[in-house]
Amino acid sequence: MSSESYGHAAEHAFRQHHFVNSEQQFDTSKLGMWLFLATEILMFGGLFVGFGLMQANYPEAWVAGHHHLDRIMGSINTVFLLCSSFTMVMAVHASSTNQKSKTVLNLLATLAFAGGFMVIKYFEYSHKFHEGILPGRYFSYAGGGPPEQAMFFGFYFAMTGIHGVHVLIGMILIAWLTIRAQRGEFSSAYYTPVDLIGLYWHLVDLIWIYLFPLLYLVS
Amino acid sequence: MSEHAHSSGARVYVLTLVALLILTGITVGASYINFGSASANIIIAIAIATVKVSLVALFFMHLRHDNPLNAIIFISSLIFLGIFLAFPLIDIQSRDKIIPNGLRVREQVAAPKQAAPAAPAPAAPVHH
Repeated sequence: MSSESYGHAAEHAFRQHHFVNSEQQFDTSKLGMWLFLATEILMFGGLFVGFGLMQANYPEAWVAGHHHLDRIMGSINTVFLLCSSFTMVMAVHASSTNQKSKTVLNLLATLAFAGGFMVIKYFEYSHKFHEGILPGRYFSYAGGGPPEQAMFFGFYFAMTGIHGVHVLIGMILIAWLTIRAQRGEFSSAYYTPVDLIGLYWHLVDLIWIYLFPLLYLVS
Repeated sequence: MSEHAHSSGARVYVLTLVALLILTGITVGASYINFGSASANIIIAIAIATVKVSLVALFFMHLRHDNPLNAIIFISSLIFLGIFLAFPLIDIQSRDKIIPNGLRVREQVAAPKQAAPAAPAPAAPVHH
């Protein structure tokens, strides 16, 4: 009963006047998020298409380039991102059912998995920089192989780099969510930010699900 | 109303995660096996990735029980991405037959110059 009256008050606190009710407001926000995610898919799509075309043109350079990538590190990162997606959706679930401490814990777990992903990415990048594997005209690898493998690494750094930036932005957003959740700002009446950032986070995961086999598992 | 959709949520999420982790193991395992050709391996890897993406979209992103409009936006972005990929691929794959002879000679002459800073560059065009 008391939670019902709280929900009613919260509905008035969060609903903007141009929406019929808070459900319509929630659906509208979500629709906007999905439109944004569609633009994200198309932005990464350009890179995927370029990658696919060049792979069709220079298959041996792609195989040579992929031998420099560590399958184990890539697999661990895949597991980290999948687990982070799981904890994120658990946070959404907890926030929509008024479980404050569970929301905060799941958001912190998501942050931890994302941090683990970035740490492994850092080790991978620094190892490659050390070998002279750098993007574009800075490529100075002296270990031989087809010259077009420089192009493979151009794609590698562009795709994983932009993806990594998305992970970092996601971490900032999730940290912000954690603070707000800790303050008790989310409830079954209003958890839109958790839900929308959750959608964003799952998209980052989706892109990695394709990046991982295309970059690490070519053979 | 949202409680209804979420009542069995946690269990579904755990099962989804388990399925995703198993599929990741399968992809990594399959990458050590040679399925006949490089493209066969890539197609298998992409097929498994697509199953994983569907699981994330349907269960983690709630598309299964959500307003279909969101799914339409998602799927239409993928369709346009497919068109974007398909037409350049068709173009590249059929390019050999399309390029006029004159252009192809110029391309062959230009190629060794680009590729080999170590090799004596002028030698290649002379042999042609």
